[in-house]
Amino acid sequence: MSIEIDNVSRRFGDFAAVDNVSLSLPQGELTALLGPSGSGKTTLLRIIAGLERPDHGTVKFHGEDTTDVHVSDRGVGFVFQHYALFKHMTVFENVAYGLKVKPRRVRPNQAEIHRRVKKLLELVQLDWTAHRYPSQLSGGQRQRIALARALAVEPKVLLLDEPFGALDAKVRAELRRWLRRLHDEIHVTSVFVTHDQEEALEVSDRVVVMNHGRVEQEGSPREVYDHPANPFVYGFLGQVNLFRGRVSGGWAEIGGVRLPAPEHRDVSDAGAVAYIRPHDIELVEEEITGEGVIRAVVETVSIAGAVLRVELRHGLGDDLLHVEVPRDQPVAQTLQAGQVVYARPKQSRVFLQ
Amino acid sequence: MAFRFRQHSVLPGFGLTLGFTVFYLSLLLLLPVAALLFYTLQMPWVDFWATVSHPQVVESYKLSFGASLIGALINLVFGALVAWVLVRYEFPGRRVVDALVDLPFAMPTAVAGIALVTLYASTGWIGQYIDAFGVRIAYTQLGVIVALTYIGLPFVVRTVQPVLRDMAPELEEASAIMGASRFTTLRRVVLPTLLPALLTGFAMAFARAVGEYGSVVFISGNIPYTTEITPLLIVAKAEQYDYRGAAAIGTVMLVAAFALLLMINALQWWSTRRHTQR
Amino acid sequence: MNTVSTTHVAAPVRRWQAATEESAWVRRSLIGVALIFLALFLMLPLAVVLYGAFEQGLAVWLAAIVEPDAAAAIRLTLLVVLIAVPVNLIFGLAAAWAVAKFEFPGKSILVTLIDMPFAISPVVVGLMFVILLGNHGPLGQWLIEHGYRVIFSVPGIVLVIVFGTMPFVARELIPLMQEQGSEEEESSLTLGASGWRTFWHVTLPNVKWGVIYGVILCNARAMGEFGAVAVVSGRIRGETNTVPLHIEVLYNEYQFTAAFAVASLLAALAVVTIVVKSLIEWRDEQRRLAAVEGEQ
Repeated sequence: MSIEIDNVSRRFGDFAAVDNVSLSLPQGELTALLGPSGSGKTTLLRIIAGLERPDHGTVKFHGEDTTDVHVSDRGVGFVFQHYALFKHMTVFENVAYGLKVKPRRVRPNQAEIHRRVKKLLELVQLDWTAHRYPSQLSGGQRQRIALARALAVEPKVLLLDEPFGALDAKVRAELRRWLRRLHDEIHVTSVFVTHDQEEALEVSDRVVVMNHGRVEQEGSPREVYDHPANPFVYGFLGQVNLFRGRVSGGWAEIGGVRLPAPEHRDVSDAGAVAYIRPHDIELVEEEITGEGVIRAVVETVSIAGAVLRVELRHGLGDDLLHVEVPRDQPVAQTLQAGQVVYARPKQSRVFLQ
Repeated sequence: MAFRFRQHSVLPGFGLTLGFTVFYLSLLLLLPVAALLFYTLQMPWVDFWATVSHPQVVESYKLSFGASLIGALINLVFGALVAWVLVRYEFPGRRVVDALVDLPFAMPTAVAGIALVTLYASTGWIGQYIDAFGVRIAYTQLGVIVALTYIGLPFVVRTVQPVLRDMAPELEEASAIMGASRFTTLRRVVLPTLLPALLTGFAMAFARAVGEYGSVVFISGNIPYTTEITPLLIVAKAEQYDYRGAAAIGTVMLVAAFALLLMINALQWWSTRRHTQR
Repeated sequence: MNTVSTTHVAAPVRRWQAATEESAWVRRSLIGVALIFLALFLMLPLAVVLYGAFEQGLAVWLAAIVEPDAAAAIRLTLLVVLIAVPVNLIFGLAAAWAVAKFEFPGKSILVTLIDMPFAISPVVVGLMFVILLGNHGPLGQWLIEHGYRVIFSVPGIVLVIVFGTMPFVARELIPLMQEQGSEEEESSLTLGASGWRTFWHVTLPNVKWGVIYGVILCNARAMGEFGAVAVVSGRIRGETNTVPLHIEVLYNEYQFTAAFAVASLLAALAVVTIVVKSLIEWRDEQRRLAAVEGEQ
C-alpha cells in the first residue's frame, strides 16, 4: 500500500507543526522521518495514522483519500514510543486485542486468534512471554510485543513513533537491526519517526529529513548522506566542520585556503559556507602545500572504535577542526597533542549564504 | 551502608515525634476503643447476642448496609461520570463545579440533614415534583439513600480524577488504531485502568455511609423497623441509659468499620501498585 | 502481511473525530447528566439553606444568631475549636515528621491508626468516650469521685471533637513531606542549624500550604461535628449545645427560619473551606506549570 501525502499542513496555535508537506511513500518500503524535535515528524506520522487532523491537504492510501476516515477504520498499525501496552492484560491478550475487537462477522474464531497470536509472538521471538504481564518484561521486550500487537490486525501500513527512543543504547542498536530484518520478511509499507540520524541511515530504505515542519530532502540513505541538498541536511546527518568565506568563479576562499566549488562556477563574490565531514579530511605530518591545505595544531586525540577522533586548532576561525583518522593509517600511530599537522580536505561541499 | 544509615538519622526529633504520636494515639484512640471492647466483653454472650440479633436491630443493619450499598453504587456510576466530565471536557464553570464536589466533605452533617429533608419533603423544591408521581422520599428508606448518596459523593470523584488525569492518551489511541469503537475502548481499556480507583472510592463511600448519623436522622423519620439506621439505635439506647445495649451494637459497628478500613487499605495498595507499573 | 483487510478503506466517510474523543452529542449529554446530578445533590442543598436563612429578611436572620442560646452555642463551638485545632495541629506535625522523615518497623500500622477516626461512626466515638469516662469503668468512676465531670460537659465535647478531627493535618502533611524528601533539612543541619531552627525555617515553609489546608479542614469538621457530640453532650441548652446541636434543637421545635439562619453560618464556613482549598490547588497548579515551562 503506497501513501501519498498532498500539501498537508497542521498548526497548533501560532506554531506550524507541519507546513505544506507533500510526500509519496512507495509500497513495501521502510521510510524514516528524520528531524530534530519540533520538526513536525511525529505530527506528520500522527496525521498519516488519523490521530491528528490536517488543517489542509489530503492523505491517500493507494490512491484512496483517507483524510476523513476514522482512525479505527484506517487499517494502520501504530507503535508508540512508550509502548502503550495495556497493563491489565497479559501479553497474549494485548496481541489478540485487535482481533477480538473486530466486528463479529469478520472476527476470527478463538482457535484462529490463538494461532495467529502465537505466530506473531514467534515472529518477535517472545512466544514464551504469552502469559506474562507487560510489567514483567524489559523495555526491549515490551517494544517487540507492541510491534506484534500492531501487526496482529494485518495493517496495510505500519507506523512507528520513535520506537527505540525509550531504550538504552545497546538494546536500541540490537532492536533496529532486528526491525530491518523483520521488515525484509513482512514487507509492509512502514514509516518510522526518529531524531537519530544513525538509526535512520541504518534501518531505512528511504530517509525524509524534516525541519520546521517542512521536508528538507528525501531520498535513499546514501543519497541524503552523500549529496545533502542544503546546509541543514548536511549539518543534521553526521558531524561536520563548517567554514565561512566567499565564493567566486567556482572556488571558495576561506582565509588563505581555497576549496573547489564547481557548482558555483557562475557566481562571483558571494558569501558562502563550506562543509567538510571529519572523515573527509586527511592529516599529514610533513609540511605540504596546495590549494586546500590547512595548517593546524593537535588539541586532543581520542579513540572511538576503529578511528581516532582528533580535534585541531587552526588559523581559519575559533572553532576546532574535527577529523577522524582510521587507526590503521601510519599517521594515527604517532599523533599527539601539541603536534603541528597539515589537514587536506578530500571532499567538501559549499553552499551559498 | 553504615554511612547511609547515619545520613538518614542525621535528622533529629525521631524519638520525640514518634513518642508523642504513639502516646497521643494510645490515649485518644486506643484507650477509648479498648474501653468499648472490654465493656462489651463483660456482657454475657447470651445477652450480647440477644441485643445484636434483636429483630429491630437486624432491620437497622439491613437498612444501614443496604442503603449505604445503594448510595455507594449510585456514587460509583455518577462519580465516575462526574470525574470523566471534569477531567476530559471543557465547559463554562468547570472549575467551580470541580470545587463544589468537596462540599459534602466540608458541610456539617446536621446542616446537610435539614437541607435535604427540606428539599425532598413533599412540599420541598424537589419533593413536590416527585410527590406528583406518588413517590415519597422524605421519611422513607429512599430518604436514607438520598442522604447517604450525598455524603459519599466526593469519594469516587476524588479517587478517580487523578488516575484519569494521569492516564496516557496513547492507551486509548492504541485501542482505536487497532479498530476498536469508542465504546469498546472505554469498556476494555479505560474502565479496567480505572477499576482499582473506582473500587477504592466505592468502598470509602460505603464505609462513610454505614457510620453516618447527622445527615440521615432528619430525613429518615426514624420509624422503628423501617427507617431506623443502626447509628440511630445506638444514640437511642444511650439516651435511655442502656449503655450495654448501645455498646453491643457499637461493637458490631466498630468491627465492621475495621473490616472496611482494612479492605480499603488493601484496595489502595493494589491501586497504587498497578498505577505505578509502566 | 497482505490482503484480508481491504474492506476497511471502503468504510463510510464521517466527520473527522479524534481517537480520544466522543462525538459532540455524547459529550454534551454526559456533561448535562453530570451537571443535573450535581445540581440536585450539591447546589440545591446549599441554596435551600441560604434561602431558608434569609427568607424573612436580614433582621430575622440576625435575631436568630444573637439570641442567647444561639450565642452560647457559637461561643462553645469556638472554644472547642480553639482547643481541638491547635492540639491536632501539633499532633499532625509530629506524626508527619516521624512518618515522612524516618523509616521504622510498624510504620504502616501507625498510618492506618492515624486514619482510623475517619472509619469509626461518630456515634460510636461518642459512645466510647461515655463508656471510658462516664460512670462505667474505673477511670470514669475515679474522675467522678474526684469531682471531675467530663461526660455531659465541655471536656467530653472537646475530647470527641479532638478524636474526630485527629487525622486532618497529619493526612495532608504526610504525603507532602514524603514528596519533599529530607535533603533540604540535611543540608540545613550540615550548615550548622539546630533541629528546631531547621524545622521552623526549612520544613515548615515548604509545607505551609498543606498545614493551612489541614487546619481549615480540621476547623470545618470540628465546628460541624454532630453525631459524637450528640452522644456525649447531654444537650443542656445554653450550656453543652454546640452549633450543630442547637440547629437540631431549633429544627425539632419547628423554628425552621432560626435553624436555617444558624445553619447558614456553618454552610458559609463550608464554602470558605472549599474556596481556600481551590485557591491552594490553583496556586500549586500555577507553580507546576511555571516549573515545567522553566525546564523547557
